[in-house]
Amino acid sequence: MRLPCSPLQVDRGAPVIRFDNVSKSYPKQTRPALRDVSLEVEKGEFVFLVGSSGSGKSTFLRLLLREERASHGSVHVLGKDLARLSNWKVPQMRRQLGTVFQDFRLLPNKTVGENVAFALEVIGKPRGQIRKTVPEVLDLVGLGGKDDRMPGELSGGEQQRVAIARAFVNRPMLLIADEPTGNLDPQTSVGIMKLLDRINRTGTTVVMATHDQQIVDQMRKRVIELEKGRLVRDQSRGVYGYQH
Amino acid sequence: MRAQFVLSEISVGLRRNLTMTFAVIVSVALSLALFGGSLLMRDQVSTMKGYWYDKVNVSIFLCNKNDAESDPNCTKGAVTEDQKKEIKAELERMPVVDSVLHESSEEAYKHYKEQFGDSPLASSLTPDQMQESFRIKLKDPEKYQVVASAFSARPGVQAVEDQRDVLDNLFNLLNGMNIAALCVMGLMLIVALLLIVNTVRVSAFSRRRETGIMRLVGASSFYIQMPFIMEAAIAGLIGAGFACVLLVFGKYFLVNNWLAEKIDLINFIGWDAVLSKLPLVLAIGLLMPAIAAFFALRKYLKV
Repeated sequence: MRLPCSPLQVDRGAPVIRFDNVSKSYPKQTRPALRDVSLEVEKGEFVFLVGSSGSGKSTFLRLLLREERASHGSVHVLGKDLARLSNWKVPQMRRQLGTVFQDFRLLPNKTVGENVAFALEVIGKPRGQIRKTVPEVLDLVGLGGKDDRMPGELSGGEQQRVAIARAFVNRPMLLIADEPTGNLDPQTSVGIMKLLDRINRTGTTVVMATHDQQIVDQMRKRVIELEKGRLVRDQSRGVYGYQH
Repeated sequence: MRAQFVLSEISVGLRRNLTMTFAVIVSVALSLALFGGSLLMRDQVSTMKGYWYDKVNVSIFLCNKNDAESDPNCTKGAVTEDQKKEIKAELERMPVVDSVLHESSEEAYKHYKEQFGDSPLASSLTPDQMQESFRIKLKDPEKYQVVASAFSARPGVQAVEDQRDVLDNLFNLLNGMNIAALCVMGLMLIVALLLIVNTVRVSAFSRRRETGIMRLVGASSFYIQMPFIMEAAIAGLIGAGFACVLLVFGKYFLVNNWLAEKIDLINFIGWDAVLSKLPLVLAIGLLMPAIAAFFALRKYLKV
């Protein structure tokens, strides 16, 4: 069902994400959270991950971040087999990923600039570089000049932009967004989607889990649908779903 | 690693849990002060045992010229060479005796100097004031009475002393105190460790937002754990510092200004003994909480 490769996909051999027959079951649950999922996401793609609650979206994202390990099958992210990645190398892997959540996850007692700088400080980046990159990335997300504001003073949409700035400040290969518009009104959501689209066009692969039908239908990107842990639809230029 | 970042995290953490930090400091201080005190008590015991304590069981002190004038047992004058030979030969014939050593007054003076050093009493002594003695090791230490009855009334013998009898009561007391101190120390140590584990748990919980973000952006586990471990280590070090102050105060006020004034026969431990314990106390105060925090983090902090 997928379109032939776009020019972006040609220049990189290894896919950004590869799932080979991945299953994940949690110890105390009878039904596995993911069942025999196989798929590939190439560099530069924008993928929506849809499905009702409990369909396995969160597990899918947790596997990508290596918060969990697959019970069966193998997960490759950025060409690395996560099952073979030793624990102490996981932080290095996560530095090449950016993550955005529904609840923003900003530090309320730090300014906007400090929140973004925090991501660089804790991985030991030199101060000079931090001072230079933070305003740049805040400009990029449309918050130029708001470095000194506290997150509490900002609207939800602006807070999410700060979170995106923090996720993007390391120029990750892959941006993972878990319902980034879940707490935002439709108009603000459109702004966030435009920003994610712009980031995607810089070459960053974006995987976004969402329940927002309007957005998926408007964007016309690849849609992966999970249902009860199974991959039931993988459609390029897809819509949210038929039955919703 | 950016020192400034870590330091600010630590100071924020310590202040956030001020009551808990205080409890950790106090319990670490008390347990380490008891630990240091018990080490010093052991030093004190070994200082007091002197040269002969572990080597012999019975000492026969012989009369010297001074005793001839003052001691009722020595009215017949100082011991003669013949008397000495006779006593030695007889001792060696006794079946309960394992070995006999002769200590001349010169040797006695030397051993006394070693034990008592520069105390005022020692500096006023001269070698010829010291008593000659036979130092006897028994096959069975309980048979002291056999030697005592055979020699105590002998001319030239000033006294027969059961070595253990003199000091054992004191040593038993000191050992008892030592064991009691160690027991209390053990309890305080457990309290300190539990407090540290709890502090780390509270601290990890109140910082879960930060640590969650650190994890997501790829901070190393070392970087995430470091502030917690340092928090515990610094609290422990402050506690150990107080313990050191307590030990120094104890030496100064309790030993130097009180015990030493009252009892001038005992040679008390010197400052060198106290000072040599302080680095050990500080090192334990630093490492033990750090290690406890490290293991607590494995349980309470996902990295």
